Amino acid sequence: MSENKKNNWSRRDLLKGIAGVPIVGSVWWAGASKGINNTQARDSILKTLNINASPPPPSGPMAGDPIRIGIIGFGIRGPQLCRALGFGQKSWLTSMTEAAKKNPKDTRLSSFLEQEHLNVHITAVCDLFDVRAQDAIDSFSTDEVKVQRFGTHQELVESNIVDAVVIATPDHWHAPIAIAALQAGKHVYVEKPMTHNIKETYALKDAVEASNVVFQVGHQHRQTQSFLTAQDVVNKNILGHVSLIQANTNRNDDNGAWQYPIHEKANPNTVDWKQFIGNAPMVPFNSEHFFRWRKWWAYGSGLSGDLMSHDYDRVNCILKMGIPSSVVASGGIYTHRDGRNVPDVMQVNMEFPDFSTGSSQVAGKEKGMTMVYSATLGNQYGRTTAFMGHDATMEVGNSLTIYADSKSTKFKEKLISEEMDSNIPIYQYDPASGSVDGVTSATAKYFADKGLLWTYRDGKRVDSTHLHLREWLSCIRNGGIPSCNIKEGFEEAISSHMGGLSYKLGRRIDWDKTKQEIVRVEGYNLDEVLLENKEKIT
Amino acid sequence: METDINLSKIGRNSLVLLRILIGWHFLYEGVLKLYNPAWTSKAYLSSAELLRPLFQWLSSDAMIHLVDNLNIFSLMVVGLSLLLGLFERIGSVFGICLLLIYYIAHPALPGASQVGTEGSYWIINKNLIEATALFVLYHIPTGSYFGLNLLRKILLAPQTK
Ligand SMILES: NC(=O)c1ccc[n+]([C@@H]2O[C@H](COP(=O)([O-])OP(=O)(O)OC[C@H]3O[C@@H](n4cnc5c(N)ncnc54)[C@H](O)[C@@H]3O)[C@@H](O)[C@H]2O)c1
Repeated sequence: MSENKKNNWSRRDLLKGIAGVPIVGSVWWAGASKGINNTQARDSILKTLNINASPPPPSGPMAGDPIRIGIIGFGIRGPQLCRALGFGQKSWLTSMTEAAKKNPKDTRLSSFLEQEHLNVHITAVCDLFDVRAQDAIDSFSTDEVKVQRFGTHQELVESNIVDAVVIATPDHWHAPIAIAALQAGKHVYVEKPMTHNIKETYALKDAVEASNVVFQVGHQHRQTQSFLTAQDVVNKNILGHVSLIQANTNRNDDNGAWQYPIHEKANPNTVDWKQFIGNAPMVPFNSEHFFRWRKWWAYGSGLSGDLMSHDYDRVNCILKMGIPSSVVASGGIYTHRDGRNVPDVMQVNMEFPDFSTGSSQVAGKEKGMTMVYSATLGNQYGRTTAFMGHDATMEVGNSLTIYADSKSTKFKEKLISEEMDSNIPIYQYDPASGSVDGVTSATAKYFADKGLLWTYRDGKRVDSTHLHLREWLSCIRNGGIPSCNIKEGFEEAISSHMGGLSYKLGRRIDWDKTKQEIVRVEGYNLDEVLLENKEKIT
Repeated sequence: METDINLSKIGRNSLVLLRILIGWHFLYEGVLKLYNPAWTSKAYLSSAELLRPLFQWLSSDAMIHLVDNLNIFSLMVVGLSLLLGLFERIGSVFGICLLLIYYIAHPALPGASQVGTEGSYWIINKNLIEATALFVLYHIPTGSYFGLNLLRKILLAPQTK
């Protein structure tokens, strides 16, 4: 470059110098208008939807004297409930400490340690297997409070060292123990399904209504944030008329098919076999029946009671649609032909012909809904729970996603103006975007995805069972009715039983709403059908 | 900031073109985010697998606001410097850093999950290629040939009356 050029600006230099400026201007204009557009579209969608989570079930302070709790049933679920109450088994604490050392991402121990103190004492345990009862005593006894073992639930509920009981026995024992506890004036937290047959469902309802203690059924997902948000979505009629709901179980491993380990120390000397059998038909000691009771109708409730009960209540807590007017079920034992008599593939169609979530079309055009529960224990493809409405589809698990329907009436204009796109969610709630911390097995992931393991409060991960127990304890201390009380439990139990009956009889089962009873089927005693330890009744 | 590499005219013009295209890309990304307050890099960072604790910290509630703003600011610095041809070496360094952070959060390594990408990559992806192009621009700046740096030099040059 010459001296001369440095001193004099040529027009060419000027152009070459500032040529970038108009490009900056154009790019800026393009980016700004697109950014503003996106923001306006999003704001307008959110304003249209106006979704807010319903407040969680109220839960007050845990002050006052410690509540004294007796644990009845300390197998798989019992220890989980105790952890949710703040009591970790010694063996669990050891293995979690190791797991956290090996993998810093494993937050199971730290979440447990950070859990709120619920001001309870575990004072009593009743379990029929000596090893398990002893485990509870060894793990939870302190200098202050020694855990006392009771040989029968009756002695435990009548003792004056407990105020409340947590029942986590096999299904055939839920109602008898719950009724005994209520009659003894003890507060009850009972696992799902609430009952094992029809008759005891009514008996338990009467017992709860006659008592003045607090009763909660173990459907912990009622505490899950996504379900609370879903309630608001439905209340605001964002989905339009929901005509179909699909809910599923997909599991494909031994654990998921209830093939639980058999403890080597279990034998007629260490297990109170006679008591385990209870009202079920007596058979000689059988450790497989004891540990894998879910495989037989005599003790368990099959897919409809064990897993559909969760899905039914997940939907019922959002829609409050109650008991279906009719149920048709089918399926078979197709994936685990190992001597079980409950199905491992099952479809249950529940009809709600008079129910509607609301409508965006001419009055009277839409009414009625079907809920399809579809399950297999031979495949774990992750089918989602979907609420399918005329205006939108909502997928709910631990997260919640809503897609506008391309033929929606309500969102027609927004879809035409391309403000909404039916392939892109118009709303998404995902508490843990991208992270699946602490999920260690396929079955655990199955439960987590359904919102059954944990939820989020103020951005912190909390065990939903902890919150569910906390709600129960709060009602004991501060008054109030828990979110999964006898009405909800009754609806869950009857719906599950209708599924089981329809499967076993191979026919439609109807609900008489006025009489509040399952319509009789000529020639059959429905309770006997349900309890009979056979796959199908003909 | 003159380069001692002898470039043909076409070579120099090609580099100017490359500079403008990359600047265009960065500026657009930055401005778009600037005018879209709902945008956040939270999901991209929190789903990182490599150096997970670092990215978890960056995407934490306490940090994410600052991180997002820094990201927008840096994108615009790169975009403006490259498009205008002023301080383009500083811009190139900023750009390389940004792209490497994006790469490390979601590297195109076999086995790592690919987030928000179209196409197929093995080790090398578009972030790395763009970072390398910026590396070239860092070493062969063209702002004093085509850009505000040319005017700056003329203005700052000792005036001989
Ligand atoms: N809410 C949930 O997410 C969830 C999860 C798992 C299990 N559950 C429910 O919890 C219940 C227990 O399941 P599990 O997997 O722990 O079963 P399990 O077989 O592992 O444990 C049951 C325990 O109950 C004891 N028991 C049996 N009859 C008894 C009696 N009459 N008195 C006292 N103890 C008795 C047994 O000795 C056994 O240790 C089931 O009803 C199941 O549906 C709920």
